[in-house]
Order: sequence, then C-alpha cells, then structure tokens
Amino acid sequence: MENSEKSKNRPRIGVYVCHCGLNIARTVDCEKVAHMAGELEDVVVAKDVSYACSEPGQHSIKEDILANNLDRVVVASCSPRLHEPTFRQMVQAAGLNPYILDMANLREHCSWVHMDDPDAATEKAMDLTRMSVARVRSLQPLEPETLPLTKRTLVIGGGIAGIQAALDLADNGYEVVLVEKRAAIGGTMAQLDKTFPTMDCSI
Amino acid sequence: MTDVGRHPRIKLYTLSEVVDVKGYVGNFDVKILKKARYVDEKECTACGDCTKVCPVVRPDEFNLGLSSRKAIYSPFPQAVPSAYVINVNECLGQNPAVCSKCIDACEKGCINFHMSDEEIVENVGTIIVATGMEPYDPTEMDEYGYTRFENVLTSLEFERLVNAGGPTRGEVIRPSDHKRPRSIGFVQCVGSRSARKGKSYCSNVCCMNTVKSTLVLKEHAPDMEVKVFYIDIRAFGKGFEDLYKRSRRLGVQYLRGLPGTVEELPNGSVRVAVENGATGALEFHDLDMLVLAVGVEPPQSTQRLQEMLGLQLTSDGFFLEAHPKLQPVDAATRGVFYAGCAEGPKDIKESVTQASAAAVRAIRLMHKGEISSEPITSEVIVERCKSCGRCAEVCPYHAITVDVKKKTPAVVNTAACAGCGTCAAECSFGAITMNHFTDKQILDQVDALLDQSPQEKILAFACNWCSYAGADYAGVSRLQYPPNVRLIRTMCSGRVDEKFIWEGFAKGAPVILVSGCHIGDCHYIDANHWTEKRVAKIHKKMDKLGIRPERLQLEWISAAEGIRFANVMNHLEALRKSVTPQEISQTVEILKADEKSVH
Ligand SMILES: Cc1cc2nc3c(=O)[nH]c(=O)nc-3n(C[C@H](O)[C@H](O)[C@H](O)COP(=O)(O)OP(=O)(O)OC[C@H]3O[C@@H](n4cnc5c(N)ncnc54)[C@H](O)[C@@H]3O)c2cc1C
Ligand code: SF4
Ligand code: SF4
Ligand code: SF4
Repeated sequence: MENSEKSKNRPRIGVYVCHCGLNIARTVDCEKVAHMAGELEDVVVAKDVSYACSEPGQHSIKEDILANNLDRVVVASCSPRLHEPTFRQMVQAAGLNPYILDMANLREHCSWVHMDDPDAATEKAMDLTRMSVARVRSLQPLEPETLPLTKRTLVIGGGIAGIQAALDLADNGYEVVLVEKRAAIGGTMAQLDKTFPTMDCSI
Repeated sequence: MTDVGRHPRIKLYTLSEVVDVKGYVGNFDVKILKKARYVDEKECTACGDCTKVCPVVRPDEFNLGLSSRKAIYSPFPQAVPSAYVINVNECLGQNPAVCSKCIDACEKGCINFHMSDEEIVENVGTIIVATGMEPYDPTEMDEYGYTRFENVLTSLEFERLVNAGGPTRGEVIRPSDHKRPRSIGFVQCVGSRSARKGKSYCSNVCCMNTVKSTLVLKEHAPDMEVKVFYIDIRAFGKGFEDLYKRSRRLGVQYLRGLPGTVEELPNGSVRVAVENGATGALEFHDLDMLVLAVGVEPPQSTQRLQEMLGLQLTSDGFFLEAHPKLQPVDAATRGVFYAGCAEGPKDIKESVTQASAAAVRAIRLMHKGEISSEPITSEVIVERCKSCGRCAEVCPYHAITVDVKKKTPAVVNTAACAGCGTCAAECSFGAITMNHFTDKQILDQVDALLDQSPQEKILAFACNWCSYAGADYAGVSRLQYPPNVRLIRTMCSGRVDEKFIWEGFAKGAPVILVSGCHIGDCHYIDANHWTEKRVAKIHKKMDKLGIRPERLQLEWISAAEGIRFANVMNHLEALRKSVTPQEISQTVEILKADEKSVH
C-alpha cells in the first residue's frame, strides 16, 4: 500500500506466532503477541496460527509470503534446534533464501517454563518476538559453497579395525591409502590364537 | 588380511607413519614417511633362503621375545605383505665387506642395502584413525615380580604361548624349565582400574580374555589347576556370561581379591599372597605360572596425530568422539572418523562394527564427489584488517592465514571455517564479519530486549550446542524458573564479543550471562577457552571502572543439564535483585564517560 521511495528499500517482514495447539497458547496470549508484532516497524503482516509446522500451517505462510511480497520471516514457535530446518525449507519453497528466517522460541524457553505466570510469559514472548524482528531485519541471504572433493580415504593403522574399514571402503568402490607403522598389518589380533566369544582362530 | 594385500583399490604402506596433514575435509594432503625395508616388497617370494644364512640372532618381538629371529626375517608366518624385512640396526651388512650373506643367498636379487626412507604425499578426502592400543607394561608393578620372575608372564605373552603358530606350537610350557605347568594363576586388572598405578579405567577385554584362556587350558589339560584373582568379572557382552559359567563349571577357581605380593619359590614356581575377599583371610597359593591380565593403553603416536589433525582426547588419553551416543565414530573435525581401540578399549566385534560404521560415515560424505559448505562462516573486511594475526591465532581450525611480516590482510578458508565466530569477537579492528551472526544482528537483539524496563531483565548469551540446548531441555522437562531471562543464541560462546557486553550494560542491563559448553566439550574444539579469557579480561576492566564484576556471569551448561540451567536462572535472578536502580544508572554513566576505553 505504501509506495514511497523509502518503503521500497525497507525490509518486508512477516511474523507468525504459533499456538502449538495449547502448548504455547495455554500460557502465552498469542493473539496479543501477534498484535504487538504487527505494530513493529517493517512488519507487513503478523498473525497467530494454530500449528505453524503442520502442512496447512506452512501452506498458509507460503501463500502469505507470495501475496505480501515478504522478504523476511519470523516464526515465533518452538526451538530452532527442532524446526529451523522445516521453516527454512518452507521459505525456500516460497522462493526466498533459507537464511532470511529467524525463530523466537516461545515454547521451550517460555510457555513450558513459566506456566504459573501467564502475564510474565506473554511479556517475555513479546520481547523474544521483538528481538527476533530486530535480528531478521538485517539477516542476509547466504549461499552454500560447493567444493570439489577427493574420493579417497586415508586409514591410519592396519589392525582389525583399519583392515575392516579399508575393505568396506574399497569394496564400495573407494580408493584407500592404508598406512601401518609396523612391517605387516594385523595389529594385536594377529598375535591372538583363539578369540572370545566364538573361540575360533583370529586370522 | 590377504584381501587387503591384493585389493586393487587399497594402497598399502607398511613401515610407514603419517608425519604431516594439510588441508581440510574433502582435500587433505597427507605426508607419509615410509621407512626402508631393504627387501623389494614386490619381488620377494618369502622363500626364506636369506634368513637361513643370516648370522645375527635376536629375540622375536612378535612372540614377545619367547623365540628368536634373524636380522632379516618375516614379521610372522601369514604376514601381509609377506616380504621379508631387514632391521638395519641389527644387520652387519651395510658394509658388504662385513656381511652380505643374504644378498648372495637371494636368487631373485631382492635385497638392496641402498634403499632409503621415502617421503610420499597422498591426497585424500576423508581420514579414518584406527591406531588401536598398546598393552600395558607391568614393569612398574613390582609387587607382581614381572621383571624378576621368569614364570610371570603378561596375557599377551601367554597368547603367544598357547598359539598353535607360536614359539611352542601351542604347547603350554613354562619359560624357566620348559616343563608343563600343573597350576596356573591369572591376575586381573593389571594396569587398569587403579588409582595408584596404570590407568583408572576398565580395559574392557582382559576379563573375557582370561575366561577364554582358562577354557583353552581346561580343554587341553582338564586336570590343570587354574585360579583367577579378580575384583569382579565383567562378562557383559553377548554370549560372554555363558563362557564365564562354562569356565566355572570346568573347575576354574575364581577368587575375589588381587594379590598383595608374589614371591618366587626355589623350583621356579611362585607363591601368591592374597586377601580372600569372601572370607577376609590371608591366603597363600603356590602356582607353577602366573599370567598378568594386562590392560590396554592409547598408543604412543596418539598425541602427535591429535595435534596434526586437530582432534580431541578424553581424560583417559583415547580419541574423543563428536557425540558419545549419536556420533560415536565421528571426530569433531569434519571428515575424520575413528575405528577400533583408538577411540577406547574394546573387543574385536566392537572394533569391526565401528570400522564399518566409520567407512559408511566416510562414504556418506564422499559419495557426491563434492562437498557443500555451511555458509555460516566468517569474512574479512580487507580495508579494515591491520594484519595483526590475532584471528589466525585464535581460530581452532587454523582456517585463517595472515602474513604478519608482509602485512597482507587475513584470508579465511571458508571450507575449513566451522563458524564459531571467535575470530570476529577477537579482532580489535572490526575487520571480521561473522555471517548470520553479525555484530549488527546481535546488537539489535540486545537493544530490542533492553528497550523497555531493562532493570527487570536478564540478558543471557547461550551457545547453540550446549547451553541453548540445555535451556531447551529445561523446557522439555517443564522446569519452572524466573520469567525475566532473555536468551540470545550464538553458535559458540566464542562469538560473544566484548562490545556486546558493554552494549548490554550501557543500555541498563542489571546482569549479563555468557554460557557455553563445558571446557573440553566445546563443539568448536577449544573456542570456549577464548570465551573464558575474554570474560576474565572484561571482569578486570569492570573492576577498574567501578562496575561490580559479579554482574557479568560465565557458566558452562551442557545440553543435558536442564536442571543446572534452571538453577543458574534462579541464581541470576537473585543476583539481579541485588542490583539497585542507582547502581544501574551509575554504570550507564560510567560507560558513557568511558566510551573509548571499552570499545
Ligand atoms: C592380550 C589380549 C587378548 C585379546 N583377546 C581378545 C579376544 O579373544 N577377543 C576379542 O574380541 N578381543 C580380544 N582382544 C582385543 C582385540 O585385540 C582388539 O579389540 C583389537 O585388536 C582392536 O583392533 P584395532 O585395529 O583397533 O587395534 P590394534 O589391533 O591395536 O591395531 C592397531 C594398528 O595400528 C598400528 N598403528 C598404531 N599407531 C600407528 C600410527 N601412528 N601410524 C600407523 N600405524 C599405527 C599398529 O601398529 C597396529 O597394527 C585382546 C586384546 C589383548 C591385549
Ligand atoms: S576387563 Fe576385567 S580385568 Fe580388564 S580392567 Fe576391566 S575388570 Fe579389570
Ligand atoms: S584479527 Fe582482524 S586485523 Fe588482525 S589479522 Fe585478523 S582480521 Fe586482520
Ligand atoms: S569463525 Fe571460527 S572457525 Fe571460522 S575462521 Fe573464525 S575462528 Fe576460525
């Protein structure tokens, strides 16, 4: 709607506050958090959703990204250690670079640990979302680099472990360089006769 | 073993050691020092004509000195490669005037005294470390008389003695008089599980090895008296308990208690004094032979390899895996894997299992023929770099090169950079940007959280792998703690720049926490050492400026320590309450006046 020169260069951020069923919503007032986020600078849309990670949840966020021409996304839900890969794929599927996503952890770090104090939990959720919006504003698209690789393995030590690893690799078509400091391979096992638990010969 | 010798895709270097490794995952340049064998490995047919004529007789180390060999010899009968080898230090023949008997005897002309050590460079994409273990040398345990009494042997020596291919062709005789012993004792945990001598860990294989040996003995000589002195028998593996029971059934006596002393009797037998753990009585056992079930230790080369490859060791001295449960064969250095006893004492089955796992982990990395690097890496802003070399010094992965003398700016090898951010935090000239965790991105978070009522809030930095995960774990466990903590995630605590801390205090933070993996557990080798040093430095400055150093806390919290995380939060809240509004505004004033010195 705003078409001034200034707004053209501003980031266009979407914020999605997840209820996680009741996991977050039981303690945190998600609607209030989303409303607060909608007031922040550069935030174009802010919504609360029941399950952001679900198929319909992801779908609606993707549609939103396209419809609002978003270039940055905040998902305020669970730990990024759990769902960052999910949401990175989601924004990628909507045509964005996966690294322009940020997550605010409203579940593990908020609703689940402040169950007795919903007001304070909601305050915290708002802060975490504010911080996430602040961060997402200057996130940059990043591209992984692809580098050539030598399909060969060095195995250091020619005991039973080194021998087995070398054979598995070589039988799978990989070249192996096996380095043994003694004059012959075999390691300790070459010195054993019968071995537990089968009591048969070792070589 | 022979499969390895003839496999078209395996290049075998024996008498060789890795002396240098350069590069990184996908492209390691490995320098190998191959010692001269003095016998042409390809031509030698292992006929043995040379050995017959060699005049030098030496103890055979493969049989642990229980037999002898010549200066030119085959390592052992089924050795791969089968070629003979000359021990130059023993050979008389470097000067053919003295001896060149073997050269004359070898019809194929395989022997060449002029061979020299070679240095070879091989390029590889992945590395598997399978350097195994070394048996404990019981010399220091003088109470067992290993060096004093001929009939006290180590378990490995005993292995050679009962080996059908060994010096006695498998016949058990005692070294002193070559007679068959009528009684044999085994002492367990020699060099293991001791706070005094040897190692404190359990060596894992010696109990079952002894059980095995007793079965072999009872099979050959059912009437032989066999006694085992032990602390407890560890027969935890599949099928192990059965073997142990069978051993007991066959009449092997298991006596709880380790010998206090061992004395030699005039006939060469030994008298073992032991306090019987079951009765508490001091007993004496006369035995024709005594076997020390020696533990296993990391091989000598471990530390050198560790330094060369940037690996980590456990307190026991074995290699440390990236994760004890979920990445048991990966090293923290990408592209390096462990197999077998190099990672810790284990038996053959476990060694083989690990080896196959390591092979597959290596294949998983290599099969595409290319490798994509995580773009969360550091980047040098060339114009700002003063070529001081600090970043190169602190990088745990040696991913940065700076020519301090020529004053050329720092260069980051993005393939080697793991993204800890330590360099960016340590550069005093703001010349390094840490992608995805830039100064601006982090400072904006600090400002956002301290924008309203900063005096009520606790600013906490947490590393992704340990402390942030520990906070997640507190959540999963529904541990309740004060709600005024706000976490900022960085990949590593090493990323937490001094200016983030000053910014926090300048914006009115009462208390700040820096948290990361415990020392020794850092996901980025040892980047958290720099965190520790940096925090100490900031504490000093705070003290000088008149800001209470306690207001900056440093805590190590692992991914499993949810409870500890919650406790730390409670502690921080108590600390926060001790910080008055006056104290905060005083700090803000001090930092305003002192802007230059802290930035
Ligand atoms: C007395 C005794 C009896 C045992 N009996 C049994 C048994 O009955 N059943 C059982 O399952 N297990 C038994 N074990 C355990 C078994 O020997 C080990 O599980 C097995 O040998 C481990 O194999 P590895 O390849 O890891 O190590 P190792 O066998 O130790 O082999 C390591 C190899 O690496 C080489 N090496 C070391 N450093 C370097 C370097 N820097 N560069 C190049 N090469 C290097 C060594 O020369 C050696 O050849 C016994 C162990 C002992 C000590
Ligand atoms: S395996 Fe048995 S003998 Fe070996 S250290 Fe452990 S307890 Fe002692
Ligand atoms: S620490 Fe900074 S100034 Fe020094 S060499 Fe590295 S990038 Fe350059
Ligand atoms: S981010 Fe860490 S690993 Fe990468 S160059 Fe800097 S110090 Fe080295």
